[in-house]
Amino acid sequence: MKKIINQPECVVEETIEGFLAAYKRTYQKVENVNGLIRRNRKDKVAIVTGGGSGHEPLFLGLIGEGLADGVTLGNVFAAPPPTNVFEVAKAVDSGKGVLFIYGNYSGDILNFGMAEELLEMEDIQTRTVLVTDDVASAPVERKGDRRGIAGDIFVVKIAGAAAERGLSLEEVTQVTQKANDHTFSIGVALAPGSIPGATELPYTLGDDEIEIGMGIHGEPGMERTKMMFADVLTDKLMETLLAESHIESGDEVAVLVNGLGSTTLMELLIVNRRVAQMLEEKGIKAYDMDVNSYCTTQEMAGFSITFLKLDDELKDLYNAPADSPYYKKGLSSTSIGGSVYVK
Amino acid sequence: MSNSTYEVKLNAEQVKDMFLYVGEQVIENKPFLTKIDSAIGDGDHGIGMSVGFKKADENLNKKEFTTINDVFKTIGMSMIANMGGASGVIFGTLFTGGVKGLNPQEELTLPLLGQILEGAVKSIKERGKAELGDKTMIDALEPAAAGIKQSIEANHSLLEGLVVAEKCAADGVEKSKEYVAKFGRAKSLGERAIGHQDAGATTVWIMFKSMREWVEKAAAQQ
Repeated sequence: MKKIINQPECVVEETIEGFLAAYKRTYQKVENVNGLIRRNRKDKVAIVTGGGSGHEPLFLGLIGEGLADGVTLGNVFAAPPPTNVFEVAKAVDSGKGVLFIYGNYSGDILNFGMAEELLEMEDIQTRTVLVTDDVASAPVERKGDRRGIAGDIFVVKIAGAAAERGLSLEEVTQVTQKANDHTFSIGVALAPGSIPGATELPYTLGDDEIEIGMGIHGEPGMERTKMMFADVLTDKLMETLLAESHIESGDEVAVLVNGLGSTTLMELLIVNRRVAQMLEEKGIKAYDMDVNSYCTTQEMAGFSITFLKLDDELKDLYNAPADSPYYKKGLSSTSIGGSVYVK
Repeated sequence: MSNSTYEVKLNAEQVKDMFLYVGEQVIENKPFLTKIDSAIGDGDHGIGMSVGFKKADENLNKKEFTTINDVFKTIGMSMIANMGGASGVIFGTLFTGGVKGLNPQEELTLPLLGQILEGAVKSIKERGKAELGDKTMIDALEPAAAGIKQSIEANHSLLEGLVVAEKCAADGVEKSKEYVAKFGRAKSLGERAIGHQDAGATTVWIMFKSMREWVEKAAAQQ
């Protein structure tokens, strides 16, 4: 497998070095660990996100104004060690506490959990919101078992905006939890991603096969099926997503069509076109639509669709400015593309 | 098994050498572990374990050890601080949890190993919340610890105890094929995980196998 890397064991460090070479005026590394923090932070609740590497720009692209203050990065597809989480949280705490936001995976829960115990000993207050947006990973009765995928973007966006407004740790946690409860995703995989340095792909999908609901590390989804036209596939995903989320006529949503790594913008826009058509047919208002690859898995092919169901509180926070090298919102009239701004 | 004719006791430096060998063997099995993990997990177990043992070896080689506690703590903390993933915390806890609250010990005997494993199983269960049959490393570790306990009661030598532990761990790996996963990424597979062995349990078996091999060689040289 061809891949532009040096030593496989150095990919995370070198990713961080490359990021800092470009953005060192805004970000700095946390000493001795694979973690980054914003340079100019306010005296406020600190937001820390993170997880395994290999999903760029998630998570390192989620720090910035109106987003996270710190990010802790594990090895490829592996949760960061507790010491890493601990050092990043300690570096960003201004005495008002730290909110951790990360995907609902065993490894992350164990490592962040252990870090929370260490932080408690230092009298740093912490809270956690687990992102559980992937409707394909467990039925709604077990929403707590669902995986976190591209929904991380919306949840961190809302949390960052809430923290920026000076809300307390409890208040920020509460609205962030609400953002997660209002976030629903479903994805489809066309081809697996690879682990840098591995000589074999972690699994295979036939040339004409796709897997609906497959997770971002290749976790199985709902159905392995034959390839189909973009519109048929999008309709199928949308039907599941709408049924699972109970989003219906009259509701307002922010939409993210997210590429998994090797799927082109052309394909994503074709999907988005169908998503927009279908929402209109159903009488659901698309307040904003974002078409990008934020949550990827190396060269995995496929996409996911995420809805954030908006209410007044979430909409207000969604509109707040957010600025990182890979995610921007509310900074100009084109940043929010939905109906409200167009009118 | 009959009572042994020799009594192997390992001092801290020998325990260190034994785990350097265990680390080598686990690292050598990286492709095998990766393959097993790819079937139902995300394929990084072998990579993670190899990162952990490389770091542990590096830290073990930095100094001389006088207590078993220190050897275990060094390995465990190397894993917790460097591996990440679920296996970093869990395999790290195997070592740190095993010697938590234990008075400084200068010699490893079978009863002491039994005591350490009992503490390790308890600590891992507390942290990871997994039980026997959840398709995790516990499926190999708990039977191995139980096997050693029986071996102690039968007054076996360290080597005999490790032979039993290796066998129990191997049986545990075999049984893990029948289980549905309750943790990790295999959880979403449901019934589809059946027929595949757990990668963490497999590593535990490789560890006991390597410990047995090392002690066997040491005994032969006596």
